[in-house]
Amino acid sequence: MALQDVSFSAPSSGIFALIGRNGAGKTTLVRILATELAPTSGSAWINGIDVVKEDRRLRERIAIVPQEARTISWMTPKQSALTYLMWRGFEYSEAKKRAEESLARLKLDKFADTLNRKLSGGTKRKALAAMVLASEADVIFLDEPTTGLDPISRRDFWEILRELAKDRFIFLTTHYLEEAEQLADTLAVLGGGRLVAVGTVPSIRGRIRYQYSVKLPANSPVPAVVQGEVTTGKNGEVQILTNEDEAFAISKKLSVAGSRFSIGPVSLDDIFFQLVGESTLAEQEAATPGADGGWSA
Amino acid sequence: MRRSYSSQLVAAILVNSVYEMKNYPINLVNTVLSPLSFLVVIDFVSRGALIGQAIEGGLIMSMFQSGMSLQGDISHLKNDFKLQDMLVSSPASPAVYVIGMAASEIIYNLPALAILVVLGGVYIHPGAVQALELTAALVLMFLTSITIGFMFATLSSDIVQSFAWSRLLTTIFTAITPVYYPITYIPFPFRYLAYLSPTTYVAEIMQSVAGSLKLSEGVVITDWAIIGGLAAVLLIVVSRNARWKES
Repeated sequence: MALQDVSFSAPSSGIFALIGRNGAGKTTLVRILATELAPTSGSAWINGIDVVKEDRRLRERIAIVPQEARTISWMTPKQSALTYLMWRGFEYSEAKKRAEESLARLKLDKFADTLNRKLSGGTKRKALAAMVLASEADVIFLDEPTTGLDPISRRDFWEILRELAKDRFIFLTTHYLEEAEQLADTLAVLGGGRLVAVGTVPSIRGRIRYQYSVKLPANSPVPAVVQGEVTTGKNGEVQILTNEDEAFAISKKLSVAGSRFSIGPVSLDDIFFQLVGESTLAEQEAATPGADGGWSA
Repeated sequence: MRRSYSSQLVAAILVNSVYEMKNYPINLVNTVLSPLSFLVVIDFVSRGALIGQAIEGGLIMSMFQSGMSLQGDISHLKNDFKLQDMLVSSPASPAVYVIGMAASEIIYNLPALAILVVLGGVYIHPGAVQALELTAALVLMFLTSITIGFMFATLSSDIVQSFAWSRLLTTIFTAITPVYYPITYIPFPFRYLAYLSPTTYVAEIMQSVAGSLKLSEGVVITDWAIIGGLAAVLLIVVSRNARWKES
């Protein structure tokens, strides 16, 4: 995916989450910043180091777990972390010490000597995270690290990301908006190869027109809306995006009529939809069934 | 931080041979059996007359197989585990990575090589100069196959395709060509085809050094020149065209 007009700066600490639909250019951007791919034009700096001109110097400071990275089946988590560090140039004894510390920090010590092929999907991802955590890199790129994990494993992995972010900068790409909302200190939204928004979650929330969402089940009578937008999803569910006063008025009408509805501040899904477009919402609904974030009345 | 190249070299050997042999020993049995099975068949069929050629053929096959295995292993680590992507974005040296991977293939084949060297000592009993010549021919064989393997690895994007190429090239260049038997067994019009394979030159050198094939000095010198030149050219081509990362 080609990237155009992608320009941003971010503090070099905490978690930076990049969200976007499939093919939005997330992986391309990560690969450029991680020096895997040379851009045709443009420039980027990480901690003052030029990504293109000083790639060798930058590689001393970065580590990446690519989107489709897998643990090597015939090795154990300890062997994986040990050899990754040796590949980075650590002496055997130092690499062994760091690998053991990293596995213990991620509570993987009991799996340290188990073959990777015998581990669960979530533990394999943790083992990959342990490899980069064990390194000296202060900038870590994780490209969709939780894709395919069940919700419990995903939340488990979030703890690891928070642990990683204590003393380094994490550049995270994700499909899961809830994940970005939970973890990101800074958030960027990529759509069609362009940067649609960047900032903290509250600042991005502040950029959209309507801050409240009222949702009605399919075939419900829809009250008149003075200020706001009414959309109907593929499943027939109606969503009204509006301001606080209007949301209060609508909910009062619905309560009097005895209708079922939910009301709450707009979720990141809603923000993403407003920023990137309807087709993206459909995709996100398919990816995260049942996630709607509001509270029921 | 001071980075150790020797650590990087050892990492490749640990990942691609030591841990694999330790955790999946069946692969080791397969590596040992391939060259030895041909040797046993040829020894039985020739009633012992071609045991020397069969040992030399086993050594050539083992070296050639190492290079072809490099192709499959690099593709596997690159495409299936994304290890190369992780290493591109790290201080790992591309040159040390390739040297380490090549060394790992030799180490993986050490058990087979050790058996063949012992058999060679018993049945061929070469002198010191002959042993050096045989070793030099095998080193050139290894360099040639490793460069062919590396070229295929950089071009291949699918492990199934890589393993298919690996098996195909190993069969063509070591089982069909005159590696386990003298080239004089091939009828003349087809003999020229055999010279399309680099293994033929190495086999001629080794069989000539061991005394099982009578060749003129000119032919042997030509064989050395061709295999040496080919290894050098392939090394240059690979070093110029190998892709460590996309650009």
